[in-house]
Amino acid sequence: MDDHILEAHELEEGEALIPQADWFNRSETLQKLRKNKKFPTIWCSGCGIGVVMGALIRAIDHLGLSNDEVALVSGIGCTARMPVYMDFNTLHTTHGRALAFATGLKIARPDLKVIAIMGDGDALAIGGNHFIHAARRNLGITALVVNNAIYGMTGGQYSPTTPIGKRATTAPYGNIEPPFPICELAIAAGATYVARSTVYHALELDKFLAEAIAKDGFSVVEAVSYCHTTYGRLNRLGTAADMMRALKDNTIAQSAYERLAPEEQAANAKIVRGKFLDVERPQYTAAYAHLITRVQGGQP
Amino acid sequence: MTVQLMQGNEAIGWGAIAAGCRFYAGYPITPSTEIAEILSRELPKAGGKFIQMEDEIASMAAIIGARLGGLKSMTATSGPGFSLMQENIGYAAIAEIPCVVVDVQRLGPSTGQPTAPSQGDVMQARWGTHGDHPIIALAPISVRQAFDLTITAFDMAERYRTPVILLTDEVIGHMREPVELPDFSAIRTFEHEVTEPPEEYKAFRNTADGVPPLVPFGQGYRYHVTGLLHDEFGFPTQRMDEIDPWLERINTKLDKHLDEIALVAEDAQEGARVGLLSYGCTARAARHALKIARARGEKVDLLTLFTLWPFPEKQVEAFGERVDRVIVAEMNLGQLAYEVERVVGRKKVVRVTRANGEMVTPQMILDAMEG
Repeated sequence: MDDHILEAHELEEGEALIPQADWFNRSETLQKLRKNKKFPTIWCSGCGIGVVMGALIRAIDHLGLSNDEVALVSGIGCTARMPVYMDFNTLHTTHGRALAFATGLKIARPDLKVIAIMGDGDALAIGGNHFIHAARRNLGITALVVNNAIYGMTGGQYSPTTPIGKRATTAPYGNIEPPFPICELAIAAGATYVARSTVYHALELDKFLAEAIAKDGFSVVEAVSYCHTTYGRLNRLGTAADMMRALKDNTIAQSAYERLAPEEQAANAKIVRGKFLDVERPQYTAAYAHLITRVQGGQP
Repeated sequence: MTVQLMQGNEAIGWGAIAAGCRFYAGYPITPSTEIAEILSRELPKAGGKFIQMEDEIASMAAIIGARLGGLKSMTATSGPGFSLMQENIGYAAIAEIPCVVVDVQRLGPSTGQPTAPSQGDVMQARWGTHGDHPIIALAPISVRQAFDLTITAFDMAERYRTPVILLTDEVIGHMREPVELPDFSAIRTFEHEVTEPPEEYKAFRNTADGVPPLVPFGQGYRYHVTGLLHDEFGFPTQRMDEIDPWLERINTKLDKHLDEIALVAEDAQEGARVGLLSYGCTARAARHALKIARARGEKVDLLTLFTLWPFPEKQVEAFGERVDRVIVAEMNLGQLAYEVERVVGRKKVVRVTRANGEMVTPQMILDAMEG
């Protein structure tokens, strides 16, 4: 998908071998992109966010949802620019507030699939309060957190998920703050579906996102990505391809992790990928619908 | 309906229900909390939804989200919460999402005096969020008017696609007066109508009256909403040929409807050389002062502003031309007085101010008339 987009804007108008409109018509997935918005995306070449966008579109496609049934809500940051490229009901809000806007939208329209798209700084620093409370309410929203462990758009400042010791433009001597474990935080706060994968494992992301969107509850998917232009450069982690490879080498599937001996698990420094939680609890909008019925004198 | 003894905050709650408000998000804060309590009880009965959010930032965000979901929405707060809401009030202004924000003013700054009245948020209501933007602020002077202006606030929010601030105060909010509310079923507020098919819909296009119709999400009209400067479709843009007409439209759209927006009441007296100008709870003291002065045989005019923003320039200017002195009474250190001075000239204006939690008294206004 990304290749098509790259070719599309590298070519002059009329030079494409296949008319651009045909690419869109050939693929249901590409149909979910916005044809009237000029690509390219604002993301740096090699960025992982585009992979997440692809996974999200494939997940929605897989569920057979029409474009009208889906609303994407985002905050501010590189990741938060994602909705503008997709042909759904799209709401690009203020920094950290995606889940708060999404809360109102979901309560007003419980039938809509509301997906909040956030980066790590957006979701967990400025938006941390909204994140834990949306999880606590078990509101039927999917929180997609693209975690690249840095503030990319503002040029590489440390975020609430930057590992200890890593450098950022505001941590020139290395970060001394412990990072938030996003999935554990979501579980503790009350989410009912929690999974993590990476932009290297795109097909796994497709699956987790499809499950999360189908879930009637607060679902969280952490998509581990990278920022080669800031974090990678400051920490000498190589090119985008090197950082993509590192996601393959430095992660372990949950099934493999569970087969490790206890001492090996304790020593594990790799990021564990997998579905960590999938439970049922009353979903907020369903509970409120019951409340209305009860108050109006009907059977609860 | 029968005559009831009712608080201003209660009247605002009923006004919201009557206006068709079906979503409320808020965070508890004195002296506004009764509004949330009433709506948590009444909204589900009307099939509406109430949620107590984690803070005022989230409350403001939630009402914008709910309005995009198709529900008329409101929040209520007081000064400290109003400060937190400014971020997303700016968002509602630029994205042109109708919503009503009630600010029951208390004495500030900061935590100030939570149970004491004030009119200290007049400038915050106009300029509290960053950047140039349109905004409407209405200030009721009685319990019944709190009900009426809540309905007006919803109507104007929808009609002009803008946040409307119902700028009331602790006195009006907590004061009890006998009121007779009208039949709600006869009350209508503006509803958007769209005639074009989805493929031709532009949520931010220019129209004759400057206000394009808004279609809620999930009805086949897919579009983008952003707090970035945007084109007619809502897509972010940095092109001057798209930014300039948009800027022009949103910052002049209220000007096109000033005659409908500027709500004032004038009590004029032939030959008056002194004019009183006030709003909100202080307008009650001004009325009292007027009564006393006229009983003494003095000739005095009174202009009560119900719309504070956009400032009713035309009406205030005409008022200022008829009198030699304009006495502006308000419960702050002179906020709306700046605007009056700008319009009628600084030398004509006498300020009567108080910002210690006690009301401006009729005597203070009478003293200023003599001074």
